[in-house]
Amino acid sequence: MNYKNLIKVALKALSNNKFRGFLTMLGIIIGVGSVIAMLAIGQGSKRSIREQISEMGSNMIMIHPGTGRFGGVRQSASSMQTLKIEDYKTIINETSYISACSPSVSSSGQAIYGANNTPTTIYGINQDYMDIRKYTVSEGEMFTDQDVIRAAKVCVVGQTIVDNLFPNGEDPLGKTIRFGKIPFKIIGVLTSKGYNSMGMDQDDLILAPYTTVQKRILAITYLQGIFASAITEELSDKAIDELTAILRQNHNIRPGDEDDFNIRSQEELSSMMSSTSDLMTVLLACIAGISLLVGGIGIMNIMYVSVTERTREIGLRMSIGAKGRHILWQFLIEAVIISVMGGIIGVLLGVGAAAAIKYIAGWPVFVQPYSVILSFAVCTVTGIFFGWYPAKKASNLDPIEAIRYE
Amino acid sequence: MENYIIRVENLRRDFVVGDETVHALRGVSFSIREGEFVTIMGTSGSGKSTLLNLLGCLDTPTSGEYYLDGFSVQKMSRNERATLRNRKIGFVFQSYNLLPKTTALENVELPLFYNSEVSARERHRRAEQALIEVGLADRIHHRSNQMSGGQQQRVAIARALVNNPVMILADEATGNLDTRTSFEILTLFQKLYNEGRTIVFVTHNPEIAQFSSRNIVLRDGKITEDTPNTNVKSAKEVLDSLPVDNGL
Ligand SMILES: Nc1ncnc2c1ncn2[C@@H]1O[C@H](COP(=O)(O)OP(=O)(O)O)[C@@H](O)[C@H]1O
Ligand SMILES: [Mg+2]
Repeated sequence: MNYKNLIKVALKALSNNKFRGFLTMLGIIIGVGSVIAMLAIGQGSKRSIREQISEMGSNMIMIHPGTGRFGGVRQSASSMQTLKIEDYKTIINETSYISACSPSVSSSGQAIYGANNTPTTIYGINQDYMDIRKYTVSEGEMFTDQDVIRAAKVCVVGQTIVDNLFPNGEDPLGKTIRFGKIPFKIIGVLTSKGYNSMGMDQDDLILAPYTTVQKRILAITYLQGIFASAITEELSDKAIDELTAILRQNHNIRPGDEDDFNIRSQEELSSMMSSTSDLMTVLLACIAGISLLVGGIGIMNIMYVSVTERTREIGLRMSIGAKGRHILWQFLIEAVIISVMGGIIGVLLGVGAAAAIKYIAGWPVFVQPYSVILSFAVCTVTGIFFGWYPAKKASNLDPIEAIRYE
Repeated sequence: MENYIIRVENLRRDFVVGDETVHALRGVSFSIREGEFVTIMGTSGSGKSTLLNLLGCLDTPTSGEYYLDGFSVQKMSRNERATLRNRKIGFVFQSYNLLPKTTALENVELPLFYNSEVSARERHRRAEQALIEVGLADRIHHRSNQMSGGQQQRVAIARALVNNPVMILADEATGNLDTRTSFEILTLFQKLYNEGRTIVFVTHNPEIAQFSSRNIVLRDGKITEDTPNTNVKSAKEVLDSLPVDNGL
């Protein structure tokens, strides 16, 4: 008997008992459907977190003064002055994995124009910062190297600043605003980025040359941070190693001693944030997997009933020449057909449920092709695994006893 | 050597039930030639079914020799015996044993499914042929549950014929049927006998012996009689003489 015939026989047996076949499938359908939907929800939330983090910048690496020890006293990061402009200069001279690098200092305060004012933050940076944080200028232009060298009192402002200081729709370009006591001439306006995933307004900021902010606002000579971009995401780790080496050498840190700075990459941040959603995904998938297991046990149960019910049929088939393996395959294929058909319906249902969740509840949902393939494989294996014992039992029946069975 | 389909020598079959041993067959020897119509008769429990199961390669003897169409069955594995049943034997059972919700044609095709040398087309053709031979040309696509007992037994006989076996084994094939239908089925067996088929027909009904060419009587697992019948009575004639039951 070839496989085509065996499949025919199995389909025939199933069609003789359609409703029971469907009920048996239901376990698998629900199992697979929920696996797919759960994984889609988990993956969707993970993706949306990753997306939002990648909006923050391109392969961004952040260096901050670290929790080094001075005379046994741990100091808070902000009060430390370990990062210098020399560090920045060494980095841009020696690096081979970094495409952009900017010093960073910042100050919070009130921005004022005429009768309007707004609380905001001014960031002292250089032009590379635009690439690192994915900012672009929509009107006017960015300040130049000359402006940085001269510590010019020029700035580029975010859309929120424009909205708050120029509520009447005046053209902000060329206007001079004040930040604290210092006047800044607006030479550009940033393209709006909107809110990020943490609900922060990414347009509520003023960008100015770091030299200007250092000297005229903060009156400091050290840096509060250095931002950089790795050439590619894959080179991020190498770039971090390189930066660590450069800074340790610059700061004369002996081997074995702690760093006096802190380097974080965007990837790290991203994986930190998505680890929670990974955990969620695993939990959801476990629950779904258990329902698949229950579905499999349902198959085994029904297959046992089916074998017992059809004992005489098995006896007859054997007496007219069916071998043990023919009977084994017949029932195994029946079990696999139930599970695979249940799997197909389950996949459709799961994808449908995922789509419904997306459009009705508005959750980020993403069906991964691998989850479909995986559920499918699991279904087939479930069918074989749980169909095996009943089928084996059927194939080991004694033909004489089977055919006499009442 | 003569053309023996079956040759058994000192066949024994013991069943161990708990501490007891049941001697179902206690040394049975006989041979059956091609084209014989043999009835095996005996009271209930005399060992008829046990003997038929051995002849049908469904069971193996505790001791003794069995040659089917020249092959020694003792040494065969489970699978080899399955193949032998598929190619050389046609079974007819008391309770028909048709697949439920399945057409006559599909039921008859069944043995050929387990013979990979037969193509789907050939299978179909032979099954149709067998159904015509048993007089069911107009019932080919009827389902088993839509047919009377006599018709179902005819389907079962067609199924036993379809693989062109060297012999047909019937165990109480008329046991579930009324007198008239029993004679119809007997007429069919006689037709097959006249076409040269070898038939072994187990029954507890002594009347049936007159319609076969040879009668073997079993008693407590031993042969007590083995007599040829030179004057085979025609089942067809008996059938024609029976009053027609018009269902009142
Ligand atoms: N599988 C079995 N296990 C135990 N005893 C059996 C088995 N099959 C048959 N027997 C015994 O063997 C004897 C002959 O049985 P059987 O061949 O079925 O008789 P018959 O068909 O002539 O009525 C009986 O006593 C029966 O109880
Ligand atoms: Mg019997």
